[in-house]
Amino acid sequence: MHLWYSLVDLLLPFEWMQYGFMKNALLGVLLVTPIFGLLGTMIVNNKMAFFSDSLGHSALTGIAIGVIVGNIFPFLEIKPIWSMLAFSVLITIAILVVKEANTASTDTIIGVFSSTAVALGLVILTRNGGFNKYSGYLIGDFLNISPSDLLTLGIVFLLVISLWVVIFNKLLLASMNPSLARSRGIKVKRYEYLFAIMMAVIVTISIQWVGILIISSLLIIPAASSRNIAKNMRQYHSYSVLIALISGLSGLILSYFWGTATGATIVLITSGFFALTFVMKLRLGQG
Amino acid sequence: MKHPKCVNSECKTCECNLCCTKINNFGVKRSGIEILKDVNLHIHCGDLTAVIGPNGAGKSTLLKAILGEISHTGELQFLDANNGITRPSMGYVPQKLDLDSTSPTSVLDLFAAAHTNIPIWVGYPKRIREGVRESLARTHGEHLINKRLGGLSGGELQRVLLALALDPIPHLLLLDEPVSGIDQKGLELFYQTVSTLRKNYDLSIILVSHDLNLVAEYADRVAFVNNKTIECCGTPQEVFTNEKVIQTFGLDWSNRFQKDEKDRVANALMV
Repeated sequence: MHLWYSLVDLLLPFEWMQYGFMKNALLGVLLVTPIFGLLGTMIVNNKMAFFSDSLGHSALTGIAIGVIVGNIFPFLEIKPIWSMLAFSVLITIAILVVKEANTASTDTIIGVFSSTAVALGLVILTRNGGFNKYSGYLIGDFLNISPSDLLTLGIVFLLVISLWVVIFNKLLLASMNPSLARSRGIKVKRYEYLFAIMMAVIVTISIQWVGILIISSLLIIPAASSRNIAKNMRQYHSYSVLIALISGLSGLILSYFWGTATGATIVLITSGFFALTFVMKLRLGQG
Repeated sequence: MKHPKCVNSECKTCECNLCCTKINNFGVKRSGIEILKDVNLHIHCGDLTAVIGPNGAGKSTLLKAILGEISHTGELQFLDANNGITRPSMGYVPQKLDLDSTSPTSVLDLFAAAHTNIPIWVGYPKRIREGVRESLARTHGEHLINKRLGGLSGGELQRVLLALALDPIPHLLLLDEPVSGIDQKGLELFYQTVSTLRKNYDLSIILVSHDLNLVAEYADRVAFVNNKTIECCGTPQEVFTNEKVIQTFGLDWSNRFQKDEKDRVANALMV
């Protein structure tokens, strides 16, 4: 951490960067936004926007379950993050299993699970009128990120990136046509589950900083903007990561001066990028 | 059903001097309901077998079972020239890809994703581009290499998918004929390409088809799927004069086929 602090002091000798929390937040943004830009491309490709939204919502129930478990077994000292993780992975698997039964369309199934999760979370958390304690999760707080959070985030960052490198090509084929992937010896189901669980983990980890309300926008908008102008997969990914990074950095700085929520400010800037690339697409036409 | 070309000793009902693919007693059940039963099919190298039948008869299910995408009973065997028995390697040409027209996936992306483990957003190894160009050349699609998949016409996409299925050359090629987005001329071109490839590479081909006229012209053998099984199998002539087939597709069509067939024979004699 000391290395990072002195590096920031050297490179960014501004008044607003001298605070420890800003340095932490900066590192957090640098870790979170590229992952979101990267994973977002596949989410937009597979039309899973709604799915990532429901993952965000299920985090609320995760917190609630953490509270209950904490009340029953106070000696365990469970942090909300672990119950959130467990619950979102559980709900991801549940959605996939029910989806396979093929009885209703995917978005109906996700809708059912998502609302059920939110309702359950709200029922538990509003009991005895104590919801205010948790409302911070709705908005998220990047400036509250601690060095130990950063360590977790760093480990997750490395894991996700390396897994992503390994599974991406196979996942892409499977998403275009499962039978085609199958004919080339790809175990389609395995990769589908891996990807969904990866998404669940990354969304849940980041939710305390980005906020439940807008987390899926941060996944989707950079990729959607990039899609407006990209002509192949390489451009698609590089633009998406770049847009996410630039939005993250400028959003962090602007939110400092404006005194606004960082996550929301970042998302607003990505929306600006979407508008910009959309106009570019209309101007240039699709090649 | 003895096949004229066959000399394989392992193959009791048929013989071929090189190889054949056998589907023995295939059956598929889904949530307790039988979808396919007692399906037997022998496919020989260089043979184009067309699968026809009414909608919902189980043609696509048969393809998916052969691919191993849905579980089935019975066995699938590939007998090579030395009588070795293995599972056939397969190439598959789907009806369509699940992507919208704005997707930034290029033809090169598709091939690279299928051929390397290096994620395609990192970059391609240099040799890939040449290899892809060669594969595409087999179906006359070299010029499509940098195009986006979403921007291709139905016929172009079909050519790209066929090239992908042939790289590497499989024992068994499975084709799901497109039902939309491709015009009659494009479809005929597709059949011609498949037909030429079959001869050049000695491929065994199973083609799920909806166009009976093209089947009559290009298929070596026809399998008629109805009532959860293959009800009739043989040369186009045998199958298209079969009573059950006539009942399904209508007498008009059958009469026209027989008239066309006479014309074809007459034309052949004139040449």
